[in-house]
Amino acid sequence: MSALQFEQVSKHFPGVRALDGVSFTAHAGRVHGLLGENGAGKSTLLKILGGQYRPDGGRLLIEGREHRFASAGDAIRAGVAVIHQELQYVADLTVTENMLLGRLPRRFGFVDRRAARARVAACLRETGVELDPDARLSELSIAQRQMVEICKAVLQDARVIAFDEPTSSLSHRETEILFRLVRSLRAQGRTLIYISHRLEELYELCDACTIFRDGRKVAEHPAMAAVPRERLISDMVGRELSDIYAYRERALGAPRLQVRGLGSAPGGPIRTPQDFHVRAGEVLGFFGLVGAGRSELMRLLYGADRRGSGEVRLDGQPVAPGGPLAAIEAGIVLCPEDRKEQGILAQASVAENINISVRRNELRAGLFLRHAREAERADAFIRRLRIKTPDRHQAIRLLSGGNQQKAILARWLAEPGLKVLILDEPTRGIDVGAKNEIYGLIHEVAANGCCVIVVSSELPEVLGIADRVVVMRDGAISGELPRGQASEAAVLSLALPDMNPGDKTP
Amino acid sequence: MNSPALAAPRQGGRRNFWQDYSLPLGYAALFVVLALTVNGFFSAVNIVGLLLSVAQIGMVACTMMLCLASRDFDLSVGSTIAFTGVLGALLLQHTQSLVLAIGGGLLAGALIGALNGALIAYLRINALIATLATMLMVRGMAFIVSHGQSVGISDARFIDFGDAQFAGLPAPVLLAAGCFVVFGVLLNHTVFGRNTLAIGGNPEAARLAGVKVEQLRVWIFALQGLVTAMAGLMLASRITSGQPNAAQGFELDVISACVLGGVSLAGGKARIFGVLVGVLIMGTLANVMNLLNVDVFYQYLMRGLILLAAVLLDQLHSRGGRA
Repeated sequence: MSALQFEQVSKHFPGVRALDGVSFTAHAGRVHGLLGENGAGKSTLLKILGGQYRPDGGRLLIEGREHRFASAGDAIRAGVAVIHQELQYVADLTVTENMLLGRLPRRFGFVDRRAARARVAACLRETGVELDPDARLSELSIAQRQMVEICKAVLQDARVIAFDEPTSSLSHRETEILFRLVRSLRAQGRTLIYISHRLEELYELCDACTIFRDGRKVAEHPAMAAVPRERLISDMVGRELSDIYAYRERALGAPRLQVRGLGSAPGGPIRTPQDFHVRAGEVLGFFGLVGAGRSELMRLLYGADRRGSGEVRLDGQPVAPGGPLAAIEAGIVLCPEDRKEQGILAQASVAENINISVRRNELRAGLFLRHAREAERADAFIRRLRIKTPDRHQAIRLLSGGNQQKAILARWLAEPGLKVLILDEPTRGIDVGAKNEIYGLIHEVAANGCCVIVVSSELPEVLGIADRVVVMRDGAISGELPRGQASEAAVLSLALPDMNPGDKTP
Repeated sequence: MNSPALAAPRQGGRRNFWQDYSLPLGYAALFVVLALTVNGFFSAVNIVGLLLSVAQIGMVACTMMLCLASRDFDLSVGSTIAFTGVLGALLLQHTQSLVLAIGGGLLAGALIGALNGALIAYLRINALIATLATMLMVRGMAFIVSHGQSVGISDARFIDFGDAQFAGLPAPVLLAAGCFVVFGVLLNHTVFGRNTLAIGGNPEAARLAGVKVEQLRVWIFALQGLVTAMAGLMLASRITSGQPNAAQGFELDVISACVLGGVSLAGGKARIFGVLVGVLIMGTLANVMNLLNVDVFYQYLMRGLILLAAVLLDQLHSRGGRA
């Protein structure tokens, strides 16, 4: 008997068929991967599994019994836990309180702290997670908060645990710890569902996988290891993608952007002054572990954080420090790391998101917007970058991550004086097809003589698209490698802290 | 009133017909019903009186809309009305100069607003707290400069402002209408308005997109102060005195009207036409209750209920859209 079974499940939204008669089966004691581009229907499936959506048709069976969840609480009671990308916790409560939220043991009407703590400590021991039951969630790293959520699922005795892109904000080492935990849950005979865009992870972790496209199941592989990578990708995007990075050898120009002695104001993350340069037409990759200071250095360059020291020269001319607007006017633009919180204007339309910056150059009487020109520009970029949206009026928050990212790229590509394009994690949480398109754009921008800086935690991505790789560690540049010499091992040895025997900080 | 200036280009997301027009249509229906059933409602005199009664609220609602759209709040407008009225009256008494009285009042209002903005933008004090503090301080100032007494105005030129009529409409109504047009244009057709919505929706993303968030906040509040001072001087002119205890609770009426008009307290959403309808609904209900001799105590109750009903209705709309 299968542990989890979807039978002909459908879900429609106005104008969209999110799931179209999907059937699949997952077995106990195995990790089942779900693959597909954004909008393929994986998240909808998880929301049905977690009781957030009710399907329009079809059946959901858990250990042979049909369930109809009316709420998330129903799903939990049926032994299903979904670990969402956005973790759900109360930051000011402790690990114990979070794990037992709403179900704290009571004695004479008061919370029985000792019993609560004992239960949580036992659960943490059993799952092999090293955490202080009395630590507040706000004191923990993202990875540790995720551990808390997973342990909570274990404590609720969830038989089915689903993960939605759990590694998207974890470092390498944290990812390893997560994988160990997932494997131990598998060994306990639980049924695990795992969604990720990173194929390496899926190969490492999953026993079987199901591939979705446009709300339909397009392929099923009962033995993950036997499936070639190319097959998975072509299943997902529906066409062959031989080299997703689309790198082409090019002649590079003279150094265009020169950064000397750039450092944070006292107390900031970049403690020592940093130097680097980018040549005209060059794609410079910035790699480092999470917390190495890459984003912080880029924010300094862009003027988002206050500069403590240093000089930025563009085409030989100094760029005065003075906030993002000054940088934009000098031709330096940034697509920030956190697309949702720092990139998109979520409530505004696609057109508004594209035009917000460039419109300052074309005001009528220095004051009034040119609506027709803005509409034209938005439509042109929607076509050119193939942004999937019903039209330019659509609220950008309703678009998939890849299309949101394209709209932010459009915002900067629209700048007539664009000279330096800084992209911080440009493809995080974006599917393979859109990634490929974004890489194409990066090369197109570089080919026009602009400098492109790509910050990424994904090593294959940095190696795939960059002409040169700069590596950071502990708030400082630890080395740089030209494309020919930038092997995975060489880059990692620059990125990892010096290993001392016995050094085992989590 | 629905000139092209007020026809808002869509700010984000598609709304269906009902979400776009339920409020104005609802108001139109209400108006027709009242005209047919309530004696004395549908007469030129009463309608002009109704408009006059909401002129001050209307003016200030225009700028309060910008404040709310940028995810801020301003509680100090009632006090500012009182203070600028008193100040204008005092300046007039002492200098007999119309320019000094009006200019001084407007300047004081703009400065109070800019102070609010600076406290919120640069010192990062929560808007509710910052404007609560200035509300108390400015009210205090109004009492201090007037020694707690009303300041009489005898200058006929100043009084004429409030009493003047053009094309059958009193000057305060025309001034309020002018505000709606100006701020409608500002909201929908200028970078100022667009960026106001942007910082309300997500200040950090707006900053990284090149919006000077702090400066913009100060401007929004300075404008709010300026328009409030206009309303304060207008009120002083109409009641021929500066009253230090005038306009108590005014800020809540203004915010109610904005919320009735669909302005989101979460920021990022505002429509000038909605605010206009919100103001008219408030005025109409008060007017009708007066015509029907409803006890003033019950009027408070009704106004609260209507505000709740409007907000709940709006929430139902947006929930429906979320599937």
